[in-house]
Amino acid sequence: MSRPERSAEIAALYQELILDHYRRPRNKGTLEKADASVEMKNPLCGDEITLQVCFNRDGIGDCRFSGRGCSISQASASMMTQLVKGKGTEEIDSLRNRFREMMLGDQSAVTDEKLGSLRALSGVARFPARVKCALLAWNALESALAERGA
Amino acid sequence: MKLRSDFPLLANNPGLHYLDSAATSQKPRAVLDAIRDFYETSNANPHRGAYALSVRATERYHEARVRIARFLGVHDPDCLIFTRGTTEGLNLVAGSWGRANIVRGDEIVVTALDHHANFVPWQQLALEKHAKLRVCELTSDGRLDLDCLRDLLNPKTKVVAFNQVSNALGTINPVAEIVSLVRNNTYAITVCDGAQSAPHFPVSFDSLGVDFYAFSGHKMLGPMGLGGLVGKREMLEKMPPYQTGGDMIEFVHDDHTTWNVLPHKFEAGTPNAADAVGLAAAVEYLEGIGMDRVLEHERSLMSVAQERLAAIDGLQIYGPSPAERSGVLSFTMADVHPHDLATILDGEGVCIRAGHHCAQPLMRRLGVVATARASFYVYNDERDIDALVAGIIKAREIFGYVEA
Repeated sequence: MSRPERSAEIAALYQELILDHYRRPRNKGTLEKADASVEMKNPLCGDEITLQVCFNRDGIGDCRFSGRGCSISQASASMMTQLVKGKGTEEIDSLRNRFREMMLGDQSAVTDEKLGSLRALSGVARFPARVKCALLAWNALESALAERGA
Repeated sequence: MKLRSDFPLLANNPGLHYLDSAATSQKPRAVLDAIRDFYETSNANPHRGAYALSVRATERYHEARVRIARFLGVHDPDCLIFTRGTTEGLNLVAGSWGRANIVRGDEIVVTALDHHANFVPWQQLALEKHAKLRVCELTSDGRLDLDCLRDLLNPKTKVVAFNQVSNALGTINPVAEIVSLVRNNTYAITVCDGAQSAPHFPVSFDSLGVDFYAFSGHKMLGPMGLGGLVGKREMLEKMPPYQTGGDMIEFVHDDHTTWNVLPHKFEAGTPNAADAVGLAAAVEYLEGIGMDRVLEHERSLMSVAQERLAAIDGLQIYGPSPAERSGVLSFTMADVHPHDLATILDGEGVCIRAGHHCAQPLMRRLGVVATARASFYVYNDERDIDALVAGIIKAREIFGYVEA
């Protein structure tokens, strides 16, 4: 790949919105009383995230995350918590699948408005080594929801 | 040194700045040719056939061992056991010597600078044998704290494992001093991880004084999948085999087996003769340059890189002064995560490592999750440093830092 092409992809990866969520993460912290708490690590890089969730009748009432990681993993966690709060489990499952599809390069997911601000992460698909960073919080969410089901 | 054209991958990618040789080195044409030549002229299973081609394969495998042993200052080539690399070499010591000799209540000392390959095998052995694993701590500038080591040593200490050069910080450890401390205070064996030293400066196993020394061929211009363990003959002879099977036996009776002599006792199965020939070509290439010159070249690149990186506002370099480091520069850049830094540098054609460098105990002590690491070798030059610096500046811009 040519250098200018790669440079454009880097610019697309590190959008203002992503850096904003990295610097000022939303829903970062801990819940006083969580129904589920999941710790996820990326063994390749040592990045870690703890996701705490309070369930309501239909799905997720509240959630927070904590941990350390790169801009991609932190921004993904921040935007994800904004998006899923107050949504039912079925809708969350469908969003999770949609986000995963976007990470695998599915172009229809990139224009799917349901993903909201998370579409800013679509550039990650061009960086296979970074897809795991973007999925870290979502994998934690999947485990948390599995705890609810159990 | 102008060696870039000897390395096909680098020659074919003029814009590539490969600064990850501590992970694996690029390979010169001489090594690739040697491996191909083995398969084209000498390929048969060594030690097996009565026919001339197998004898030729055996000879080439043997010549490779002699050549590599000489490069590492091993006077007795039978004491060089070929393994897949450093990791397997260290596991061999822990699995064979360790299982046979460690008992409940013994103590094993490792260091906070160790790679997981020289940490986890000992930790697992200690758990299995109910022995105690003790960790030698570091000074604030990332060197082994020898006072701490002295305090840890006692008559119960059976193993002291350490590296000659840290892969994460580049720290060069004072092997002679460590060995004499261990000798004067314990009956312990010394196990040295040489993965980051053998490629970068002259090493003489016979004068190092350690009992075991492990290294990886792929970090010293050789092919992946071949390295070795050097041990003292009297220790290797007393040790039980690590793996059993073909080639390593003398006689197999129905109810018991006797073992082949060194080095074969520790090389079960068909040996990796082609890659041994490749590594022999690699050490020949390094000898052609001269290991003193390799060291000098890296030192001068390191001091330039150190000076230029230290001048970048917000950039922090880890580890001791450049004079006490081998070709590794570990750093962080303000709040730009090392992974983001590596991705942005990749966009500029600069390959660096970002992460915990298989040294999580060290990262915990440094208080970071990850660092960025640039490492240098014979084919690097100042243009690689220019590209590294330009890439870091670009990352600063993307993350919104403005030059003061």
